[in-house]
Amino acid sequence: MNPAPLVAVVGNPNAGKSALFNALTGARQKVGNYPGVTVERKSGRTALTDGRPVELVDLPGAYGLDPSSPDEAVTRDVLTGRFAGERKPDGLLIVLDASNLDNHLRFALQLLGLGLPTVVALNMIDMARRDGLEVSAERLSAELGVPVIETIAVRRKGMDELRAGLQQQLVGARAVARAVPDNVAREARRIAAASIVNEAPVRRWSHRLDRFLLHPVAGPLILAAIMFVMFQAVFAWSEAPIGWIESGMAALADTVTRLLPAGALRSLLVDGVIGGVGSVVVFLPQILILFLFILLLEGTGYMVRAAFLMDRLMSRAGLSGRAFIPLLSSFACAVPGIMATRTIDNEKDRLTTILVAPLMTCSARLPVYTLIIAAFIPHRDILPGVNLQGAVMFGLYLAGIFGALGAALLLRKTVARGASSFFMMELPKYQLPAFGDIALGLWQRAVIFLKRAGGIIMLTTVALWALASFPAAGPGQKQSEVSIAGKIASGIEVVVKPIGFNHDIALALLPSMAAREVAVSAIATVYAIDQADEAQAGQTLVQRLGGSWPLPTALAFLAWFVFAPQCISTIAVTRRETNGWKWPLFMVGYLFGLAYVAAGATYWTAVALGL
Amino acid sequence: MTAISPASAFALPLDELRLGRRARIQLVDWTALEESEACRLRHFGFDEGVMVEPLHSGPVGRDPLAVRVGRMTVAIRRTHARAVRVVPAA
Repeated sequence: MNPAPLVAVVGNPNAGKSALFNALTGARQKVGNYPGVTVERKSGRTALTDGRPVELVDLPGAYGLDPSSPDEAVTRDVLTGRFAGERKPDGLLIVLDASNLDNHLRFALQLLGLGLPTVVALNMIDMARRDGLEVSAERLSAELGVPVIETIAVRRKGMDELRAGLQQQLVGARAVARAVPDNVAREARRIAAASIVNEAPVRRWSHRLDRFLLHPVAGPLILAAIMFVMFQAVFAWSEAPIGWIESGMAALADTVTRLLPAGALRSLLVDGVIGGVGSVVVFLPQILILFLFILLLEGTGYMVRAAFLMDRLMSRAGLSGRAFIPLLSSFACAVPGIMATRTIDNEKDRLTTILVAPLMTCSARLPVYTLIIAAFIPHRDILPGVNLQGAVMFGLYLAGIFGALGAALLLRKTVARGASSFFMMELPKYQLPAFGDIALGLWQRAVIFLKRAGGIIMLTTVALWALASFPAAGPGQKQSEVSIAGKIASGIEVVVKPIGFNHDIALALLPSMAAREVAVSAIATVYAIDQADEAQAGQTLVQRLGGSWPLPTALAFLAWFVFAPQCISTIAVTRRETNGWKWPLFMVGYLFGLAYVAAGATYWTAVALGL
Repeated sequence: MTAISPASAFALPLDELRLGRRARIQLVDWTALEESEACRLRHFGFDEGVMVEPLHSGPVGRDPLAVRVGRMTVAIRRTHARAVRVVPAA
């Protein structure tokens, strides 16, 4: 049986291509990567008018067949049948923004030169009308020699007509290659002018909005307000669902504990699997809320404006304005931050952003910071209204930010050297994104997170569980010392002793690789195990710590956590996004190096000051 | 290149054009740009004879610029805008 014909959905960035693809294929899409490059491949199915299936592939947006980014190179190679691992399309669905024909027709003319059966979607026809433009699909069709169908993809309008057009072109009709004109840009402008029936001089909507949103004073204030709301939402809205997940996991663990006899299997299921899955899933609410905001900012067209406002500042660190949102998102969690770097089109900019994203103080560090600060930093005012504990917390955030900026500058001069950062972007028209498109994007990202990060975290947690549980301690022995993990911790202790770390910390470093905040429970476990007499057991962790760690050690521990790449999901996501082990390994190496130096410097400075 | 048309007496780099002032592109100095930058500018529709209008500028150092070119609005840095020479519309 012949496979279903493959139709490539292709067009300029901001032509509404993805919305059109969603409208045609629905929610059942396959999302993956093109082999060898970190360019997302999306495919799905739709049916022709006679019911026969067609496979649609959503090619990366491009301005032409002469690529200026890796995404555009994929588009060109797939279309010309040169991309290994993707068959050559049997037909094209070209998506044009009706209000930007001058520009989008240039690419369309190049595409028509390929000689494939083609249908043109004259998309966002409503936005063109809003801008006072009246475009004639018939005239455009006569000029191009292929069917042209008016669509409004975000409102799912014109889809049946598109299917009918594809039916007509794919079955029976013979495609004729149209010669590509010598001066494509000029020919595109001529056809655009010929297809526009009427143009009323109206002041454009987007321009009016930009007067406020890009205003030199109001613009940054509005951006700050949006970011403030975003972070409030990430932390406030996620509280309840995190509570549900935690109690759900606890209930599940209880049930398993009751059903199974004590032993290795029960311990594996309860401590390893349920604990491991729980430590991943508990981040899902925050990640989804963050992604909801990112998708909304992207879908409305505001994201590019934020980049516009921040570009100049970011360029001082050798980054582009595009890096702003990914880095900001990394304050909640580096995983969605790194996943959001796909919008950065300069490869070196993107790599640098990925490499410094883990330096932003993510929410998983907060429990560690909170515990150590509460145990060691006195609660007193250093200035009226400024508490020392709060100041230390703020200092830790600043250390992360300046660390990231410094690292970015250095990386841009060394491993990520290349063309200076690049900022050339289209400012798309503002629009209201379709609810379905946002929901679908959110769903796809949740699946990616759970599959990639979750899979690795679970494996690691199970491995860590095994290390901590075997060999089992005999009578009179401590599990934390007999186990393989205990032995490894003793090995780590040798390395970290010069920077002031003790055996407790060495033991906590290992499980905290799964997720940073696990360090807190790991330290708690160590003290729980070592609790000999009942009287001491009543002490809180804060009191125990304050009594047993010297202050320089505690400060060094904080400095370590500012830099250390202690999160397997970040490493896993970096591997996925850089398409190999080279950069995640580099990242781990340089961050551990930084952490070691920072912790050591902190420790010895504190000791020298007699703290 | 050496022949100076009468209009070029009034030509100025795009980054010196006042916000809100429309102008026609006289020439783009492609050699002043890196290949990928030149390619992207061409993709955006920068070409001789096309109308441009700087609309907004960034909050720090009035950089970057939002420029209307043809029917779309693009953001470019001032250093790149310098390569575009324009003649203000009357």
